[in-house]
Order: sequence, then structure tokens, then C-alpha cells
Amino acid sequence: MPVKEGIRQRTGAALWRRPWLRGALTLSPPLLWFLVIYLSSLVVMLITAFFSVDSLTGNVIYQWTWSNFSQIFTQSVYGSIILRTVLMAVLVTITDALIALPFAFYLAKVAGRRWRHLLLSLLLMPLWASYLAKVYAWINILSNKGVLPDLESHLHLPITHIAFTNIAMWIVFSYLWLPFMIVPIYGAFERVPNSLLEASSDLGAGSWQTFRWVILPMVLPGIVAGSIFTFSLTLGDFITPLLIGGSSSTFIGNAIYDSAINGGNLPFAAALAFVSIAIMAIYLLLAKLAGAFEAL
Amino acid sequence: MRLSLLTRAALAALALCVVVFLFAPLAVIILFAFGKSNVQTFPIHHWTTYWFGVAWHDPAVRSALWLSIKAGVAATAIALVLGTLVAFGIHRFKFFGRDSVSLLLVLPIALPGIVTGLALQSAFNLSGVPFSIYTIIIGHATFCIVVVFNNVIARLRRTSLSLIEASADLGATPLQTFRLVTMPMLSTAIVAGALLAFALSFDEVIVTTFTAGAQNTLPLWIFGAIRLGQQLPEVNAVVVGVILLTLIPIVVAARISSGEGLGGAGRL
Repeated sequence: MPVKEGIRQRTGAALWRRPWLRGALTLSPPLLWFLVIYLSSLVVMLITAFFSVDSLTGNVIYQWTWSNFSQIFTQSVYGSIILRTVLMAVLVTITDALIALPFAFYLAKVAGRRWRHLLLSLLLMPLWASYLAKVYAWINILSNKGVLPDLESHLHLPITHIAFTNIAMWIVFSYLWLPFMIVPIYGAFERVPNSLLEASSDLGAGSWQTFRWVILPMVLPGIVAGSIFTFSLTLGDFITPLLIGGSSSTFIGNAIYDSAINGGNLPFAAALAFVSIAIMAIYLLLAKLAGAFEAL
Repeated sequence: MRLSLLTRAALAALALCVVVFLFAPLAVIILFAFGKSNVQTFPIHHWTTYWFGVAWHDPAVRSALWLSIKAGVAATAIALVLGTLVAFGIHRFKFFGRDSVSLLLVLPIALPGIVTGLALQSAFNLSGVPFSIYTIIIGHATFCIVVVFNNVIARLRRTSLSLIEASADLGATPLQTFRLVTMPMLSTAIVAGALLAFALSFDEVIVTTFTAGAQNTLPLWIFGAIRLGQQLPEVNAVVVGVILLTLIPIVVAARISSGEGLGGAGRL
């Protein structure tokens, strides 16, 4: 056997006998990336939230202060921004869950094999098509000279004026995040065995009873998974409110964007981001308390 | 489950409505891109591909497109290596804190994108790193890792470890096992993960806003143009181009990986 081959095999054997070494070699590059780049950035941001900005020079003053947070919690404008964002997130989440549940149920349990495959592949396009393309399409549909008012006037229907309102925001957000709700709920339905549904109806349960007491508890984790996305996507968006919303459509995302990009006040933006992380954490905690994670 | 014919029909009708609702806006935007008029209204009287030519020859669009492609390819390459490694690590080794690692990976997409963007901006600011293509790549790679990870781990869970053990028992070096046994099992999952990661990066705008500085990626150019309300017919053409450019990798990925890992978790 050539020497080189021998060395290779011995290294291989040595690695094979020491799984911790292989594990460390495999995991350290990705973990270092997350530690050095992602987690440390988050920590920097959270600390930045306690700094302030010199109003004359615009430089960050590296001195511990609660002023950003006291501003957020005492000025009513930020209270209403936070309330508006959370309400919108809740509303969009409920809307999407109500649409996605029957759709995913039909897809997983009622539709024939072929039809299901076709629908699933059709779903890929709206799920992955460009986010900005979708928002832009809705501008063209809802605006005062857009497709919807145009259609309504052709059909002699009363013309809806929803451009640049929070109703428009609700429609567009619900549209944008709907596929993110459908996919996990569909996955959850797929994991419900058909035999269970048959057993339920054999034991005398009607369709509604089966749905309420057998299916719903089993797909709850899917709904929660979807709602995490709808919630966090709504909390983090500033583009849809800027392009679709009106003067009363300032969301947390806009406030962060405005202070970080336009206002040059990074510490204040960081404090607002802190608030949205806290809202996400509270939401996850509530979901956990409701027992939604037990079946995950 | 035994459902009445009426229930079935109602569910089918609802499913159809959902599909129409999901596709109608995309159809609107694609049709407008082929209209000659400066004002976007139906019906479209003069069909043309004129605006595609305008967009293609616009130097601002070109440089934005080129930046998006370069950043997407680099971010995908990083995500490919790190995502595959972490999938292997989590699948093969039991260690303290394994669950926290999977949680950590999902964090960039479970937390609002604006948080990731702002966190990176704060860190770049503090450490004095100037905004460049590299800062864009770092941001994109961070949220693309989980896409590759999802694809590879899904495949690993469906394949058996005994093949790898058998290969070692038969005298193969780790490198040989990796090249001749492991890679062929995983290759389509890895390629699919890479394609999805590229599509994700190519379309991303929220994190990019905070890590790009004054540069324009293609989505940033589109965002700017829509906000200013200028060059809208050109925006139509660019947007349709972006839809196509993202969909091609997605369709290929779906084909070669039979749909695994295309779910919501990766697409944020």
C-alpha cells in the first residue's frame, strides 16, 4: 500500500474513533458564523438601544440611558404605532388562518392526487414570486385609477375608495403572507392519518365533530407555525405600509426605517427593534402557554 | 372522511377562489408589462415588448442586476457550505444544546427581517466596516443558510447512515466515502437548496436596505422607482423579469428535489 494512502486511511480511522472531533470540525464553521456575525450583531443592537444621539453632530453618544425607551413609552404616537402594528398582525393572522384552513384541508384530504399535485405546484409561484412585484401589482389594482375601480365602473358598481387606507393594508398583507400560512397547515393536515378520520366517523362523529375534536387539535401546530411567520412578517415590514398605506399607516417597521435610514438615529431605531423582538417573544410565550408547541 | 357532495363542492369552489386570488395580481402585472401606454389601464390596446428593451438598456437597471447576481451567487456559495455542514453536524452528532442550534438557525427568519437588518447595520457601524457588496453578502448569507440546511437535513433524515458505515467498513477513506457515497445521496438536495437560496437572495429587500448603503440591488432599484412614481412602465418590465428569474430556479429546485424543503420556513 502506498504511504500516502496509509496516512489517509489512518486519519480516517482516527476521525472515526473520535466522533467529538468530527462533530467539532463539522459544526464550528457554521456556528462561528452565527456567533460572530449574527448573535453578536443582535447584542450590539440591543446595547445600542441604550445609547443616544447628539442632536447637533448626529454622532452616537456611548453613554447608558433609558431615554429611548422612556420616549417610546411616554409619547402617545409610539403607543398608537405599536398598537396599530399588533392589531394588524393579529387581524392578518386570523384572516390568513381562516382562508388557509379550508384550502389546506381540501388540498390534503379531499382533492384527488392529480389535482392536489397541480394545486401544490401552482402554489409555488405566488409563494416565491418577487415580493416587490406583488406589492406593486396591488398598487396597480387598488389605486384610484387602478384595475379595481376601473372594473367597478364598467360593471356600474359603487366604487370603493380603499387606496392608501388601512383596509388596503389589511388586504395586501393578508395576500402577501397567505402562502406562508397555507404551507405549514397543509403539512400538518398531511400528517393526520386518514384511518383516524375513518375511526372518528365509524364511532359516530359527524364531519363537524371530527373536524373540531380530531383534526383541529392535530393541525394546531401548523397554524401556530404559520402564525409565527404572518406575525413576524407584519412586524418587520416597512415597504408595504410605505407603498400601499396612507398617512395613518405608520407601523413599527416604518418607525425603525425612518429613524435608522432617514433620521440617522440608530439608537432609537434599535430601541424600537427591541420592542418588536419583545412583542414576538410575548407572542411565542402566549402560544406556548396555550399548549400550541406540545405537538410540534 | 365522509363529506356530503355539497361540502366537497363548496371546498372545491373555495380552493378555486384562493388560487384565483393568489394569481390575479401576478397576471395583472405581467399583462401591464406588455402594454405600450404610459398609463396602466385595461384594456391594453397596443401590445409591445418595447419596455423590456428600455429596461435592458438602462444602465442603472443593468448595474443593479449585476450587483444582485454577484451578491446572490456569493451568498449562496457561503450558505451552501455552512448550511450543509450544520445539517450534517445536527444529523450525525448528539451534543448538548443541539436543539438550541436548530433554533438559532431559524432565528433570522423567525424574527422580523428588519431586526436582522438593523442588527447588522449597528454592528457594521460600531466596527467601522464600510457598506459594500460584502456587507450585502454577509446579510444575505445569514438568512440563506437555513434554506440549504432545511433541504439537506430533510434528505439526511430520509437516508440511512448504514451506507456510510458500510463504506468505511469496506476500507474507503472519509474522502472516498464523501465523494462516492454521501455526495451522490445528497447532491440534488444540495443543488435545490442552493437554487432556493439564490432566489431568496435575489428578491430580498428589507435586510438589504440596511446593509447596502448607497448601492442599489435590483429590488432596491425597483423599490426606489415605485416610491418616486417614475419610470413605471419600465418598472413593470423589470418586475416581470425578476419574477421569471426567481421562478426558474424554484421550478428546477422543485423538479430535482420532489418538492422537499420548498415550504414556508425557507421563504422568508
